[in-house]
Amino acid sequence: MRLTHWLNALRSPVGAVSATLLSAFIVLALIAPIIWGDAAEQTDPSALSQGPSAEHFLGTDGLGRDIWMRVLVATRTSLGLAVLATLIAVSIGTLLGVLPAVLGRRAGRLAVALVNLAVAFPALLLALFFAVIFGIGAKGAVLAIGIAGAPSFARLVQTNVAAVAGRDFVSAARVAGVGRVRLVFRHLLPNVGEPLVVNATVMAGGALLAFAGLSFLGIGVQPPTYDWGRLLGEGLSRIYLNPAAALAPGVAVVLAGLAFTLLGETIAQVVGLRTTARRGHLGVLPTLRRREPDEPTTTQPGSNGASVYDGVSTQHAAASTDGSTVRPDDAVLVARDLTVSFPGPRGWTHPVDGVDLTVHRGETVGIVGESGSGKSLTALAVARLAPEEAVVRASTLNFLGTSLPDRSDAELRRLLGTSMAMVFQDPMTSFNPSMRVGRQLAEVTRTHEGHSRRAAWDRAVDRLRKVRVPAAERRAAQYPHEFSGGMRQRAMIGMGLMSSPDLVIADEPTTALDVTVQRQVLRLLREVQRESGAAVVLISHDIAVVSQMCERIVVMYSGRVVEELPVDRLAEAAHPYTRALLGSVPDLATDVDRPLATIPGRPPDPGARPPGCAFAPRCAFADDTCTAPPVLEDVAPRQRAACWHPQSGPVAPSPLAGAEPAVDVPTRTGGQP
Amino acid sequence: MTAPPVAVTRRGGLPAGVRNPWLVFLGRRFARLVVSLAVLVTLAFLMIHLVPGDPVRAALGLTAPAELVEARRESLGLNDPLIVQYGNYLSGLFRGDLGVSMTSGVPVVDTIGQRLPASASLGLSAFVVIMVSAIPLGLAMAVLTRGGRRRGVELGFTSTSAMIAAIPEFLLAVGLIFVFAVTLGWLPVAGRGGLDSYLLPVLALSAGPTLVIARIVRVEALAVFGQDFVRTARAKRLPPWRVYFRHAFPNALTSTLTIGGLLLGSMIVGTVLVENVFAWPGMGMTIVQSILAKDYPLVQAAVLVYGLAVLLVNLMVDLLLAVVDPRSTIREA
Repeated sequence: MRLTHWLNALRSPVGAVSATLLSAFIVLALIAPIIWGDAAEQTDPSALSQGPSAEHFLGTDGLGRDIWMRVLVATRTSLGLAVLATLIAVSIGTLLGVLPAVLGRRAGRLAVALVNLAVAFPALLLALFFAVIFGIGAKGAVLAIGIAGAPSFARLVQTNVAAVAGRDFVSAARVAGVGRVRLVFRHLLPNVGEPLVVNATVMAGGALLAFAGLSFLGIGVQPPTYDWGRLLGEGLSRIYLNPAAALAPGVAVVLAGLAFTLLGETIAQVVGLRTTARRGHLGVLPTLRRREPDEPTTTQPGSNGASVYDGVSTQHAAASTDGSTVRPDDAVLVARDLTVSFPGPRGWTHPVDGVDLTVHRGETVGIVGESGSGKSLTALAVARLAPEEAVVRASTLNFLGTSLPDRSDAELRRLLGTSMAMVFQDPMTSFNPSMRVGRQLAEVTRTHEGHSRRAAWDRAVDRLRKVRVPAAERRAAQYPHEFSGGMRQRAMIGMGLMSSPDLVIADEPTTALDVTVQRQVLRLLREVQRESGAAVVLISHDIAVVSQMCERIVVMYSGRVVEELPVDRLAEAAHPYTRALLGSVPDLATDVDRPLATIPGRPPDPGARPPGCAFAPRCAFADDTCTAPPVLEDVAPRQRAACWHPQSGPVAPSPLAGAEPAVDVPTRTGGQP
Repeated sequence: MTAPPVAVTRRGGLPAGVRNPWLVFLGRRFARLVVSLAVLVTLAFLMIHLVPGDPVRAALGLTAPAELVEARRESLGLNDPLIVQYGNYLSGLFRGDLGVSMTSGVPVVDTIGQRLPASASLGLSAFVVIMVSAIPLGLAMAVLTRGGRRRGVELGFTSTSAMIAAIPEFLLAVGLIFVFAVTLGWLPVAGRGGLDSYLLPVLALSAGPTLVIARIVRVEALAVFGQDFVRTARAKRLPPWRVYFRHAFPNALTSTLTIGGLLLGSMIVGTVLVENVFAWPGMGMTIVQSILAKDYPLVQAAVLVYGLAVLLVNLMVDLLLAVVDPRSTIREA
C-alpha cells in the first residue's frame, strides 16, 4: 500500500520534478568530480575571464578555468556539506527537543525557554556567530550552520513530542509562548516521525542556501576547494566580463534548494500531512439555468403567475382583507419559489428548493425544522446574505414592496440596512472581536443615516440601555469578549434597533444560550416586536420556542415547506412530520422513565432527496402515492400542508409512547382520512 | 470563555497583585526582553573566549612576535580574570565604549556610527516596501479568490509567489544586477549613492518577504471572510470596503504579524548578504570583514547590533499584536 502511495506521488508534477532534480544532482555529485575533477582545475592563461564559447560552454574564470565544469564538480561539495550540516542540526535539534519530555518539569521548562530564546534570532545570525567561534572554513561553516539550525528543529520536536506525551507538556509549551501556528501543527499531526522527516528535508534545502551564503561571503569553503557559493562570489566580481560565471552557480543553488523543498512537499503528501484539495467537475444546474444571484426568473403577472401568487399570503390576506388580492403594502416580505443552489463535487444541490414565504406587517412567523432543513439558508437568502458560492433564485422576492433582485447593491444596502435587522445564532462569534461593542452598533447609523460619531455613539448607548444591558455607557466601550452570551445576544438585538426595522430575522437566536437566558432573549424580542411594530421571523429547531412566540408557523423539511398553520391550529397539525415534531416535545406530563420520543431516521441529504415527498422514508403513512411530489394545499382555513395523507384530529399529547412515535401516530389519531 | 460579567467583578475584587491585564502583559514582555538582552550581551562577550586556542594569536598570525601577542592580549584585557573582564565589558557598554578595532585602531563605536545608517536606511526602506505592497496584494488576492472564485488567478498567484520566495535574497540580487545593471544598464551595479542605487537592493530584500506575507494575508483573510462576524457586518449592510477593511482585515492580522515578524527578523540579517552583493557600505560589510580579519571587538559589536535589531523587531510585533488582538493580551496576562 505504501509503495503505491510513493509511486502515485512520483506521478504528481511536484513529485516528478523533485525526484528528477534530486536524482540528477545525486548522480552529478557522485560522478562529476571523477570525470571532470581534473579538467575543472586546469588553468588556461590564454583564456582568462572569457565569455561563453564553443570551447568553454559558460566561459572561464579569472585563472582561465572552465566555469561549467567547476559548477558541475562543485555539486559534491555543496550537497555534501549541506547534508552534513543538516545531520548536525537534526541530531542536536532532536536531542534538545526531547529534553522536556525526558527531564523533569522545571528542567524541561528551561530547555523550552532556551530553545525559544534561540529561535527568536534568525538562523543566519546564529550561523555568523558560530562561524566566529569555529573559525573560517568548511568545517567551521558546517558546525555553524548545523548548530544554528538546531533550535528551530528542536522546537519542532518539542511541540510534536508534547502532543504525544500529554496535555501537561502542551500547556507548558503554551506558557513558554509557543505560537499558535505551532499548536495547530501539533493538532494536525498524528505522530512525531513523519513531520520531522519532512522538515529535515526542507531544512536540507535551507542549509544548502545558507552554505552558499557563507561561502559567498568568504566565510565558508576556502580555496582551493570550491562550492557553488564560492563560485558565485568569484563570478560576481566579474559579472560585466562574464555574467554566466555568477548566474550558473546561482541557478544551481536555487535548483538544488528547490529539489529539497519539493521533496519535502512530496513526502508530506505521501504521509498525509497535507491533503490535496480535489474538486469534481460541475455540471450545469440541473432543471434550472445557472444564473447570477442578482437576476432571478421573474414570473410575469399573468394568469399563471397569479395562480402562483394565490399562495399563503392570499390565504392569509383572504381572512383579513375579504378575499380580494393581496395589498402589496401589507406584506413586508414576499418570496416565491425561492431556491438556493450550491455547486458540489457531484453537481448542484438545492438545500432550499422552491420555498414560498410571506411575512405581513407586525406579524411573527416561526420557521421550524430539523437541522439541515434549509430554514436558516432560507432566511439568509431572503436577506441577501447567502454564502458567496450559493446561487439564489426566486420568481418573486419583494421586501417592503421593492423587488430586491432589481436593485443595485447600494440601493439594497440603504433599504435593508435601515429596515431589516438580523439576529444570529451564536452571539459568541457574531461580533467582531477586535472592535468595541458600541462602535459596532454605532457604525450602522453612521453608515446608513450619516450620523456624526458622537450622535451614533449616543444612539448605540441608548439602544444598549433599551435592550437592558446594564451600565450601558461603560459596556459600550468594552470588547465583545467582556460580555456574557446573553448580553451579547441582547446587544445584537440592540444593533438591529439602531434604525427602526420593519422586519427582524432571528436565526436560532436562543440556541447557543442557556435556558434562563433564552427566556430573557425571547421576551426581549417579543417586546421589540410589540413596541416597534416590526415583523419578526423566528427560526428555530425547537417547535416549543416557536409556538410560544409566533402567530404563524412554517414547517420546513429537506428544503421545502411541508406545512403552514396558525399557532392555534398546532394541535390539529395535518402533516405527519409536524405531528412527529410536536410529539417529540417533552412537557411536565412526560413520563421521565420512558425514553424521549424521537423521529426515527435522519432527514435526507439535499443531494440525495427521494423523489416525491422527502419525508416518506420516515413516515408511517407513506405508500406508493408518496413518490409523486405533494403540493401545499389547504387542509383547513389558513392551514396548508404538502402531504398525500394529511392527518386530522388532535395531535396526541406527548410522549408518543416509546421510541417509535411515528408508528404510534396512526393509532392515536384515528388513521387516514 | 463564558461568564465575563462575573469575571469582571471578580477581577476587580481580587486582592493586590492582579492588576490591569495590559500592565501584566507589558511587564512580562519587557521582562522577556531584558532576559534576551542579557543573554545576547553575555554571548557576545563570551564569543572571544569560546574561540578554541588563542584568538589573538589567530588574529595576528603565526609569525607575529610573542611580545606583540602578549601586548595585544594585555590591551584587550584578556589576561584579567573572566569575571573582571565581564564587568569591564558591561560598564564599557553602558558608557558607550565597545572597544577598539584590532585592525584599524578606530573605536568600534565610531565604525558602527558610520556604517549603521547605510544598513538601517536599506532595511527600513525594504520594510516599508514590504508592508505597503504585501498587505494590499494579499487582501486583493483574497477578495478576488474568495469562495473559490477565479481558480486560475489563485493558482497563478500561489505558484509564482512560491517560486520567487524560494530564491534567497542574495541570489535574487545577482539576478537583478544581471538584468537591470549589466544587461539593461538602467541602474548602478553596486555602491550606495542616489535613490537609484537603492532600487535593486531594496527590491532584492523585499521581493521574497512581500510574496510570503501576501500569501499569509490571503489565507488569513479568506479564513476570516467565512466567520460569523463578517456575516454580521454584511447583515449591517456596510459597504464592501468597510466590511473588508474595518471588520475582516484587522482580524486577519494576527498570524500575519506573527509570521511577518519572524520574516522581518531574518530580513534584517538578510541585509548582510545583500549588502555584500551590492558592496553596500553598511554593517553587513563590516561584520563579514571583521569576521574574516578576526577583528573580535568589531565582531562582538556587530553581533550585538544585529541581535538588538532582531529583539526590537520582535518586541514591536508583540506590542502591535496586543493592540490588534486584545484577547491574546488578556489571555497571556
